[in-house]
Amino acid sequence: MLKNVFGIAGTALNAQTIRLNTTASNLANAGSVSGAEEEAYRAKRPVFRALVDQADLNAGFQNLGGVKVNEIVDTTDPVRQVHDPGNPEANEDGFIWLSNVNEVTEMVEMVAASRSFQNNVEVVNTAKQLMMRTLDITKA
Amino acid sequence: MKLFENPFGIHEQAVAVRNKRMELIAANIANADTPHFKARDLDFKKILAASDPAPMAATNARHFGTGETENPNGLVYRVPYNSSVDGNTVEIAVEQAQYGQAAADYQATLQFLENRISGIRKSLRGE
Repeated sequence: MLKNVFGIAGTALNAQTIRLNTTASNLANAGSVSGAEEEAYRAKRPVFRALVDQADLNAGFQNLGGVKVNEIVDTTDPVRQVHDPGNPEANEDGFIWLSNVNEVTEMVEMVAASRSFQNNVEVVNTAKQLMMRTLDITKA
Repeated sequence: MKLFENPFGIHEQAVAVRNKRMELIAANIANADTPHFKARDLDFKKILAASDPAPMAATNARHFGTGETENPNGLVYRVPYNSSVDGNTVEIAVEQAQYGQAAADYQATLQFLENRISGIRKSLRGE
C-alpha cells in the first residue's frame, strides 16, 4: 500500500530530526568546560537501525522497512586538558577539560541530516501525488 | 466477450507490484544512513514469470527449477557501484533515480487502468 510509504518516510524524518537535535546539542556544548576528565562533554551521535523483522513488529513498530534510532553513543575522541587556574571550574591543580566537539564535523553532520530529511520529504510528496491520482481513477 | 470476465487484465496485479516497489525504494531512502543496511529492489521480470498461468513445470524429481520459480517474490539485493566503510549499500542518487522511475511506472499502470474503466463506461452507455 502507498500508505506504507508515508510510514516508512515518516520514521526516517523522525530519525533525521533526532540526528539534527544531537548536532544542535553538540554545537551548544562545544565550549563547555569541566573540572574532571570523565565529566567533560563528549559529542553524541545517534546510531540508526533498520526495522526489519517480526521482533520489531512485536515491539510496536508498524513500519517495516523504516528506520529507528537504536542508541545514542558518545564519541571516543580525546577531550582536551587545559591549565587555567582562574577558571571557576578548575580542579585543585588548576586544570580544566574542554569538550571533544569538533565544530566542523558537526556542521557537516548537520548538512547531511538536513539533506537526508529533504530526500524523505520528497518521497512523501511523490507518494502523495500518486495517491491523489489513484483516487482520481473513479473519475475516469 | 472477455471484457467483463477480467476487466483490468494484468494491470490489477501490476499496480500492486508497482506499489511494492515504491515501498521498497522508500525504505532504501529512509535507511540511507543506517550502518550495514543492504538496499533491495524488485525484479519485475521474475514476478511476471511467476504469475504465468502455465509455467514450466518440474515433472521429475531430477528437474532443476528455473530461476523465476526459485525466487517468485522477486526480491533482490541491489549491487552497489561503490562500497562504503559502514557496509551500507544505499547510493542515494541511484535510489532517487529509481524512485522517479517507479513513480512514472506507477502512473503508467494507473493510466492503463483509467483507460480500461473509461472503455467499460463507454460500452455500458452504448456510445
